[in-house]
Amino acid sequence: MGRFVLRRLLQSVVVLLGVTLVVFLLLQLVPGDPVRVSLGTRFDQQTYDALRERSGLDRPLVVQYLSYVGNALTGDLGVSFRSGQPVTTIVLERLPATLSLAVTAVLLALLVAFPLGVLSAVRSGSLVDHAARVFSQFGVSVPDFWMGIMGILLFAGVLGWLPPSGYVALTDDPVGWASHVALPAAAVGLVTASILTRFIRSSVLEVLAEDYVRTAEAKGLRPRVVVVRHVLRNALIPVVTVVGVQLASLVGGVIVIEVLFAWPGVGRLTYDAVQARDYPVLQGAVLFVATLFLLMNLLVDVLYARLDARITLR
Amino acid sequence: MSAGDRTPPPAAPPVDPVDDRPSASAGGAGTLRRALTALWHDPPAVAGTLVLLVLLVVGLAGQWLAPAGTNDVDVDQMLRPPSGAHPFGTDELGRDVLSRVLVAARVSLQVGLVSVGIALAVGVTVGLLAGWYGGWTDNVLMRGMDVLFAFPVLLLAVAIVAVLGPGLVTATTAIGVVYTPIFARVTRAGVLAVREQVFVRAAVSIGTSDLRILRRHVLPNIAAPLIVQTSLSLAFAILSEAALSFLGLGVQPPAPAWGRMLYDGRGFVTDAWWLGFFPGAAIFLTVLAFNLVGDALRDVLDPRQLTVSEARRSTR
Repeated sequence: MGRFVLRRLLQSVVVLLGVTLVVFLLLQLVPGDPVRVSLGTRFDQQTYDALRERSGLDRPLVVQYLSYVGNALTGDLGVSFRSGQPVTTIVLERLPATLSLAVTAVLLALLVAFPLGVLSAVRSGSLVDHAARVFSQFGVSVPDFWMGIMGILLFAGVLGWLPPSGYVALTDDPVGWASHVALPAAAVGLVTASILTRFIRSSVLEVLAEDYVRTAEAKGLRPRVVVVRHVLRNALIPVVTVVGVQLASLVGGVIVIEVLFAWPGVGRLTYDAVQARDYPVLQGAVLFVATLFLLMNLLVDVLYARLDARITLR
Repeated sequence: MSAGDRTPPPAAPPVDPVDDRPSASAGGAGTLRRALTALWHDPPAVAGTLVLLVLLVVGLAGQWLAPAGTNDVDVDQMLRPPSGAHPFGTDELGRDVLSRVLVAARVSLQVGLVSVGIALAVGVTVGLLAGWYGGWTDNVLMRGMDVLFAFPVLLLAVAIVAVLGPGLVTATTAIGVVYTPIFARVTRAGVLAVREQVFVRAAVSIGTSDLRILRRHVLPNIAAPLIVQTSLSLAFAILSEAALSFLGLGVQPPAPAWGRMLYDGRGFVTDAWWLGFFPGAAIFLTVLAFNLVGDALRDVLDPRQLTVSEARRSTR
């Protein structure tokens, strides 16, 4: 187990170094002088000189990269070309909004996917199974932002039950937060639920075919006991991985939903940075999210290995 | 009975590694035949294929099928609901939504096909080299792919387009880049399995060049998972294009794109539902069609591969 964790950790460090290189090179790909491009019509020589010196763009490329990695390790991701604020501060301010949306979406997805996936497998070939499969196919094919727009139309426009967009912090007003998070979380959660439903279904089906399940049934255990005590306990181990990966994907991948619902998370920040050509913020947000994505995947792998000892032997 | 009829049937054809035909153990033609049979016997896949055929026609002839010009502004017809004159209604500038949805099909299909083509070409090349040569080549190439895989797909695509500038070409390139690693992984896994086969070792032993072995013996034998991956990736690429267009990073106005139409219509959606409904439905139907076809192909050609829903984890 220890060796497995160490190996995965080392792999992650190598990949993370590669990630920093890609993020660093993004700025080099900007046609022309990125500081000048970023300042646009707000250009004045004094600001330009200050930003250029602060961003270290006049130094050799290798020095720039090493300095970028060194600073990133200490939590310094540079300063915004627009506001002059530290990028790390800006990104961290946006993180709670994204996390609250991602976690809510995954919880909603589990609420739907868990019963649907298990029922679909236990009653394979039944009407529930067919319904679950149609739902699953629908969910993986539908753009989440279209679901969001349809949600706004129905729940904000026609019924008037929910606000069409906006954000209230959970700590400020939990009820207000819940009413604002419902639509974006449902839009994202629908896609996640369809993915989880299919995965839970196939995982449960696989375990149902195991010898120990047949033995339990042969002993005369009630079907409910067999499913709860023998099937679910084993079938849900790989599901942990998928839930973790989904959560990691949502933390970094709900840009469109955050833009649609004016949700002030990291995705919206990335979009705003793109619009404002604020390259340090764009770089910082991408690096931060990619690092978080990598760490969450690492955590999922370790957790999976802890739950299923066979993994470390592979 | 002729002498020839008494001749015992030949054993399995001897493997001729220098023969220019693909190895018989799988073969491109056989794979294609199995794929087509699979599609024909699976009703959802037939439906998916029909939708794709319609889309192809619309993509090729959209501008002639469109009842009006895509940029014909008519201020007297602003935000009109669906009617006989405008079956999908009109937008905030009085433009015909049906015409714009039809013409935008070309953009989605074009970006989807070209970006997956890029990912396929680069990913397969990387996977072949990594799997065949192993060692440092494998390590360097696949760690590079791991790095690209470490980013959420849409985030990386947004970052690339943001830096290179929005537009059709950069969006296509960005989507191609982010889908390259999955093709490299699928190809490498296939090569590792095939390189140990007798017919490949025979080819190596008589000095056949690496290029010829890879092209004539390895590639045809790993075609099945690649066909499945291509089909599923087309669906994801079209979703990604729609997302980039929604963010204003795809094809630029006034050219129509489904994602961009949704973005432009979002402000009016409570008053004009058709602005949000029809472009989104077009994206959904296209992606669904590719997924149905991809699922059917996977069931027959590569049942061990990820299901579409498992694979979609990488679309965000």
